[in-house]
Amino acid sequence: MAFVNLKKKEVQVKIVYYGPGRGGKTTNLEYIYHKFNERIKTEMVTIKTHGDRTLFFDFLPFDIGKIKGYDVKIQLYTVPGQVKYDSTRRLVLRGVDAVVFVADSMQVRREKNILSLQNLQKNLSTYKKSIFKIPLVLQYNKRDLAEQGIPTLSFKVLEKDLNSQLKVPSFEASALVGTNVTQTMKKIISMTMRSLQRELK
Amino acid sequence: MEYSLGHEQLNGIEEVLQEDLIDLGVNCVFLIDMAGNVIANLDNGKIKHDIYSLAALAAGNFGAVSEMAKIIGEDEFSLLFHKGEKESIHFSKVMTEFLLVTIFSKDISLGFLRLKVAEAIGKIKNILQP
Repeated sequence: MAFVNLKKKEVQVKIVYYGPGRGGKTTNLEYIYHKFNERIKTEMVTIKTHGDRTLFFDFLPFDIGKIKGYDVKIQLYTVPGQVKYDSTRRLVLRGVDAVVFVADSMQVRREKNILSLQNLQKNLSTYKKSIFKIPLVLQYNKRDLAEQGIPTLSFKVLEKDLNSQLKVPSFEASALVGTNVTQTMKKIISMTMRSLQRELK
Repeated sequence: MEYSLGHEQLNGIEEVLQEDLIDLGVNCVFLIDMAGNVIANLDNGKIKHDIYSLAALAAGNFGAVSEMAKIIGEDEFSLLFHKGEKESIHFSKVMTEFLLVTIFSKDISLGFLRLKVAEAIGKIKNILQP
């Protein structure tokens, strides 16, 4: 739930990166953190296990400048992807304004992507939010693996599996290399702002 | 979905936080919502904490502790407090959607702080829910 501070003329927006474990959600944020280092004044916050897996969330605040005279502060979060952390995932979704779903292009992860998307729908519904209404972008990550001979799902298959009903913008990306990471973020921010703009007078 | 607070409400909240907490020697106080957004923040001018990161972590921490309470059959825990060597941090729920976080040094006793926080929360409630 975005907060509009009419006194400071500031808007705070919460965008959550969701998806199966080891899909590249944290890598997306790390890439953004390094690429936009000059505009991010604070450290990226991560709560992870000793094994480097996200335990609770990553957090990256990001100022994107003024829109209609309001300072817009984007707060990027990731959730822990592992199935067992469902209650923590739900906590991070509290007050979410928009979601980037990071799917894993590896063939062996096909079912995990579908289950995670269903899990997103279920967890959004606990906050009375619909996956069909919230600003949502799909990112098919790890496209670079195909070049290394690792069996990956085609764009067509991913679209059929994940986007046939949702029909939201989708990007083929590589969070590790940085391909389409910024584009994914720009898209979700513009969709979020469009849904907010009516309120910003 | 979004919500907004206007000049008058925010000025009122800041006044309460200043008079009831900062003027009494609290180092830093901020009101956040459960999503981790910062609604108001004040400090004594001597310290500069990364409030946005603190807010995200405080909201997450509060959510996690509330879930633990539910698992053991409690509605919620009444005291949420972390004690440090020099600085301590205290969390208090304001209605269902907000959280007041106070950072204070060992010069202030926890009992006194809790009393003052409770008073401030009463006033903030009146502002948010007139």
